[in-house]
Amino acid sequence: MLKKSHLIFLLVLVVLALALLKLPGETMGKFKLAVSGLFLPLFGLTGSAHELLGEAREGLTPKRELQRQIDQLQRQAQEQQLLLSQDAAVWAENARLRALVGWPRQTRWKLKLARVISRDPANWWRSLEIDLGARDGLRTNCPVLTAAGLVGRVQGVGQTRSQVVMLGDPNLRVSAVVTNNGEVGVLFANSSMPQEDGMIDLDYLSGNSLVAPGQSVETSGDGGVFPRGIPIGRIVDVRSKDYGLSKEARVKLSVNLGALEEVMVMIP
Amino acid sequence: MNWLPTLLILAVAYLAVFLEGWCGLLRYCLGAQIDLLPALMVYASLTNGLASIVLLAFCGGLWFDSLSLNPLGVSVLPLLVTGLLIYHSRELLLRRSVFAQVVLGMMAGAAQPLGTLFLLLNLGRLPLLGWFSLWQWIVLAAGGGALTPLCFQLFDRLHDALAYQPVTPPAFRADREIKRGRL
Repeated sequence: MLKKSHLIFLLVLVVLALALLKLPGETMGKFKLAVSGLFLPLFGLTGSAHELLGEAREGLTPKRELQRQIDQLQRQAQEQQLLLSQDAAVWAENARLRALVGWPRQTRWKLKLARVISRDPANWWRSLEIDLGARDGLRTNCPVLTAAGLVGRVQGVGQTRSQVVMLGDPNLRVSAVVTNNGEVGVLFANSSMPQEDGMIDLDYLSGNSLVAPGQSVETSGDGGVFPRGIPIGRIVDVRSKDYGLSKEARVKLSVNLGALEEVMVMIP
Repeated sequence: MNWLPTLLILAVAYLAVFLEGWCGLLRYCLGAQIDLLPALMVYASLTNGLASIVLLAFCGGLWFDSLSLNPLGVSVLPLLVTGLLIYHSRELLLRRSVFAQVVLGMMAGAAQPLGTLFLLLNLGRLPLLGWFSLWQWIVLAAGGGALTPLCFQLFDRLHDALAYQPVTPPAFRADREIKRGRL
């Protein structure tokens, strides 16, 4: 049998654990970030090791190969510069026409690059931590994406780190639109498949919608969290639900969520 | 009380939680991330005192939850219950038998996620559950079984390297000393 002092010790611990579970969401988030701050030295160490490896790899690349890459990048930069100037003209025209019609003006996305420092160790959530925080201008609900498409949104913000909830997590539902026909649905987690397969369900499509495999899906802009037009993926298959009243499609994500190393955060 | 074993267990738990968050290789290959904390708990409850069990449950659980979307503290109670159950019956267990270690590791690896899920569902959270979760659960149980004997080996070596070795009595016996002198 346990001694009386041991029993009291255990009871205190159980009460403490239960009290932690009952903390309000915001306090718990701050407390969590404070506890996970204990891992900062290890995150810093792995970051430095990563950079050192990168430098060593660069040192091993032959000069001729580097010169070839520089030439290629210079060509790409010139092409991008040309596209950018065309883009600026289109933006100006768009803003002028919107002002004429009285529509609200569109703003450009402000993006910040962040490094992924850890992933959720639990198997039932899809989240990751990035090395940007409130100090860098991040706020809760900032969209997170890559050049390929949407990744998720910021869930909790610390001073130097933030927690991102990814597509496929039950805590994240995104209003999405099928690009070809404007059909709007909601993206849900697909729990029957592992995350690395990159499948997600697009639900609440109307029963008579003309959704077909191969069509692309992007954010609809409804809900106020994600702006319209962030690519999400392509439809793989469609099936009818609720005796034909609605349809559900499976979407293959354009981002490989299992192999993310850097992401971009959209700053308000 | 000798705090070295407890500190070693906590240090390994800290590194284990960090590795679980940082290294995604197993998750990529198996579709599930293996948890080292149940295996550590089996070791702590079979070889250490109540303080080690409580500290491992509290610190390990908090560290794990801080890197996860789990509510903070939800992993503490299942770890503590697992540890206490093993601690309660440890006099009946063949703690040095590898088979016993594997079986206990598997049981702990299977019980820990079930306990956490039970608490999560009771707290009104909706984790990602489906048929694939069954595979993840099997991987977690098998991982617990495989890692527990490794934990025993690791800590035995650490203990040999860091702890004071027991003083062995010298071979000298006064009653068997050959007394030489003049005949």
